Amino acid sequence: MELKDYKDVYVFIEQRDGKIQPVALELLGKARDLAESLGEKVVAIFPGYGIKEQSQSLIEYGADKVICIDALELKDYLTEQYAQAIYQVIVENRPSIVMIGATTIGRDLGPRLSARLETGLTADCTKLEISEDGHLLMTRPAFGGNLMATIVCKEHRPQMSTVRPGVMKKRAKESSRSGEIVMFTPNFDSKKFKVRLLENIKEDKGMIDISEAKILVSGGRGVGSVAGFEKLNDLAKVLNAEVSASRAMVDAGVINHDRQVGQTGKTVRPDLYFALGISGAIQHLAGMEESEFIVAVNKDKYAPIFQVADLGIVGDVNKIIPLLTERLAKEEK
Amino acid sequence: MTMKIVVCIKQVPDTTEIKINPVTGTLIREGVPSIMNPDDKGGLEMALRLKDQFGAHVTVITMGPPQAEAILREAMAMGADRSILLTDRKFAGADTLATSHALAGALKQLEWDLIVAGRQAIDGDTAQVGPQMAEHLDIPQISYVEDLKFDGKNLFTIRKQTEEGYQMLEVESPCLITVLASACKARYMSVPGIVKAYDFEVETWGADKIDVEEYRLGLKGSPTKVNKAFTKGIKSKGEVFEVEPEEAVGIIISKLKEKFII
Repeated sequence: MELKDYKDVYVFIEQRDGKIQPVALELLGKARDLAESLGEKVVAIFPGYGIKEQSQSLIEYGADKVICIDALELKDYLTEQYAQAIYQVIVENRPSIVMIGATTIGRDLGPRLSARLETGLTADCTKLEISEDGHLLMTRPAFGGNLMATIVCKEHRPQMSTVRPGVMKKRAKESSRSGEIVMFTPNFDSKKFKVRLLENIKEDKGMIDISEAKILVSGGRGVGSVAGFEKLNDLAKVLNAEVSASRAMVDAGVINHDRQVGQTGKTVRPDLYFALGISGAIQHLAGMEESEFIVAVNKDKYAPIFQVADLGIVGDVNKIIPLLTERLAKEEK
Repeated sequence: MTMKIVVCIKQVPDTTEIKINPVTGTLIREGVPSIMNPDDKGGLEMALRLKDQFGAHVTVITMGPPQAEAILREAMAMGADRSILLTDRKFAGADTLATSHALAGALKQLEWDLIVAGRQAIDGDTAQVGPQMAEHLDIPQISYVEDLKFDGKNLFTIRKQTEEGYQMLEVESPCLITVLASACKARYMSVPGIVKAYDFEVETWGADKIDVEEYRLGLKGSPTKVNKAFTKGIKSKGEVFEVEPEEAVGIIISKLKEKFII
């Protein structure tokens, strides 16, 4: 393998039902930084069905070139169909770097693809930069969050990484940007299409995605029961906030998984984060410590959450939450 | 014919028990127990329920140091029929790709209709080894599995978790699934199971037992390498108050006003 034969920064553009996912635009933003330090181009790989009209928008968000794969086989995400199409694009074009959003789709596709390419894949990177000798430095949390590791993939190409939604920032849309759009037609081997999609169910929970919320009221073991969470909901209401939780509450079945903050849940960075009755296991901290302002209430003054809190209160959440709700409601009037 | 299931499990430090030294900002690893990875345990339970219902033969396999035998015995006590410990110095330093080659090599020595793995391990959280094994074995994969129904012959109907809800998927055996811990609550080890598990011989396989080129294994076979590892350091500490609820609420509200949040 001649490393110099591989160039450009490729981004997998994830769409669901034809809707480009925010993480794809965030990755295009980061890809621009990387491509600029390498003196190379940003290329968007855009698979789906009936999507080609949206290719121009990817240029506006930072791509120099879009390789659009518009095929009926790619209407819904299925591992093998997507792996075949993208594998062929990569083998034909030899990118130096491939970036994928760490969504349930990206985390299914990434490893399948990297194994087919016999190359490395670094999951859930929080920082990507180019080393002096031109390799990709991929930094990710390890050991549940506190230890950070910088990973390199020096002898294999492409260098692949996944990045969680909300970690990188998308660039402002530049409608004057121009770029190249090419269509790619894969040779599908349909004998390998073994998995059939029967139904795609969307559970409209009528709530804002916690990773997009400005204020989060988050509860943990200290809040305890379903009744405790009722109090949390009341507080969220007066603050116009969303409710989230630590893993303990999800495991206990008190709240749904899509409300979970942390290493195995979502990464959030709201303007205000209330950690109520959350001790602050490093898995949890990894998902919220970038929040702008953190208020923690916990009865254990040695709880690790106080190490990241901007304001800490040692006390009983079950007394403080209703009182705070009441006072905030009065303030509003 | 009895269905054959192989469950891939991993021994991990219970990362929920790891704490940070508030002074140095380093991890305190001493006294942290080793456990069967939670998603793997959910997968094992799913396999054992298929065994209860249809009479499957369940093999558990793990790659790791000799002490990883403990989770194989736990799996046997829960009801697995056979256990294999894949251990060799040649596997040391493996990244996910090299790990998947070693495990896929071992799986090629076994018979299976269904391979089960956990979605991800709590020490690395990569969720890669399952799909990578499926690729090496050239079988379909379904990840993030929440539920599985078997028709008793060869068809699996699977519920997969997505960000927006879930998908229902269908696939024939052979296939590989990666399972969420929340998919099924694992059973406890039974007393006769524990007794049986301690008499059991755990099979130990080294690199010579699997048919994988040496350059694909361990550190040598790992395209990714750790360049450096570091702790994030400690964020400058905010103020902590230990006061009565009334006063605490007052402090919170004045702070939020000061920051123009309310």
